[in-house]
Amino acid sequence: MERHFDEELKNLKELLLKMSILVEKAINYSIKALVERKTKLAEKVIKSDNSINMMEIEIDDFCHMLLALRQPAAIDLRFITAAMKINNDLERIGDQAVNIAERTREIIKEPLLKPLIDIPLMATLAKKMIKDSIDALVNKDESLARDICKRDDKVDDLNNQIFRELLTYMMQDPKTITRAVELILVGRHLERIADHATNISEEVIYFLSGKTIMHHMEDIKKQQ
Amino acid sequence: MNDTKIDVINFNFYYSGEKALNNVTISIQQNMVTGIIGPSGCGKSTFLRCLNRMNDVISGIKVEGEVLLDNEDIYASNVDVVKIRRQIGMVFQKSNPFPKSIFDNVAYGLTINGIRDKNYIVEKVEKSLKDAALWDEVKDRLNKSAFDLSGGQQQRLCIARALAVEPEVLLMDEPASALDPKATLKIEELIQELKKKYTIIIVTHNMQQAARISDFTAFFMMGELIEYDTTSKIFTTPSMKVTEDYITGRFG
Ligand SMILES: Nc1ncnc2c1ncn2[C@@H]1O[C@H](COP(=O)(O)OP(=O)(O)OP(=O)(O)O)[C@@H](O)[C@H]1O
Ligand SMILES: [Mg+2]
Repeated sequence: MERHFDEELKNLKELLLKMSILVEKAINYSIKALVERKTKLAEKVIKSDNSINMMEIEIDDFCHMLLALRQPAAIDLRFITAAMKINNDLERIGDQAVNIAERTREIIKEPLLKPLIDIPLMATLAKKMIKDSIDALVNKDESLARDICKRDDKVDDLNNQIFRELLTYMMQDPKTITRAVELILVGRHLERIADHATNISEEVIYFLSGKTIMHHMEDIKKQQ
Repeated sequence: MNDTKIDVINFNFYYSGEKALNNVTISIQQNMVTGIIGPSGCGKSTFLRCLNRMNDVISGIKVEGEVLLDNEDIYASNVDVVKIRRQIGMVFQKSNPFPKSIFDNVAYGLTINGIRDKNYIVEKVEKSLKDAALWDEVKDRLNKSAFDLSGGQQQRLCIARALAVEPEVLLMDEPASALDPKATLKIEELIQELKKKYTIIIVTHNMQQAARISDFTAFFMMGELIEYDTTSKIFTTPSMKVTEDYITGRFG
């Protein structure tokens, strides 16, 4: 039986999809600004964060309305609570994109320390994780969501690699420290973005199966 | 862990050859509220009435399996049915006060049980009305007709009448379905109070009501118990897809 409520849940899904496109774009532009050394583009990312924030509020209000007026249960309830958390994760990803844009503004004032390889690669992986996590939500694809959680390690590894590499630069020549630290921070922001994408996948798994996999709960329960 | 008050084991029930309950097994916990939900005609009322043998009066019925109240089978041949109904009281969907005074309505169960002690009866009526959260509203007009009360008050009067004979279990079949939100809330609050002393089993069509008041929820469909678990589990992460579909209003 098709319910009027299903229409509203579909609208909520579409809002999250829209929001995820906005934050993917923000990451895209911030990394493009870094690679192509474009201050204007970095500024654009910083300015457009406001629309992501507004959207977060809109989605939150919509969820509150659904909770209060439709009094959802079971899978409907799990969807709305997951949506609220995903909304929050997306907004935080937007903030991290702004952080990258802010670093970029500084980085491109100076000559490049080394060619950028791992950072764009990390960005590509992180963006794909976001896109897939939202796809998993929309298509109710639990196995995709579980796969994304595994990919987080790859991003962490890259981040560590970037850190180690830049550390050697800094040790060899202390004059590179400021520039190296800026790049390390960019790696750190991307690593956080991947963490948020992992959170989103965990929310999707909870919504679909009712199982909590956050904080390795499944492993803990198995041990018990 | 909680104590089991009623144990229903492999229970079947037939109305003149027509099977209405199919192999129901459920342990009802003491001092808990158990909500029974399910689509119309799935056998909720039938099940409730089986728990105190109210179906016995219908001709052509057949019963298989066991219903244990404190480990004693209420369908055993040597059982005193009147005693069972005293232990397991019932409140119906439509309040059904007798055409008598408020006082006599509550005293009714006592007098038919042969109690003649006037003082005891007066005390018991007051206590039951207090337990049913009705005393303050009627104490000055106990001799007025029960029909002068509002719908919500009449329903609480019926609860008081059920409580007067000191039951251990209270069965309620949609006790608030004919009441406005305020009177409903009052009944719901009352149920939370009553569960301290009684074991309560309540049939409700109102999903939010089941979620609000019951500790355990049993979902029936076509005479079968589909899922039985804590209410929080049923309403957040039910195990069965049909349960999920039912409580989210996708059918039924
Ligand atoms: N006295 C009776 N004689 C014969 N069949 C009956 C009798 N009472 C109920 N039934 C049948 O038994 C089945 C279960 O009915 P029951 O009244 O227990 O359902 P219910 O779940 O309480 O429904 P509702 O939510 O509409 O009150 C139905 O098919 C009904 O027609
Ligand atoms: Mg019924």
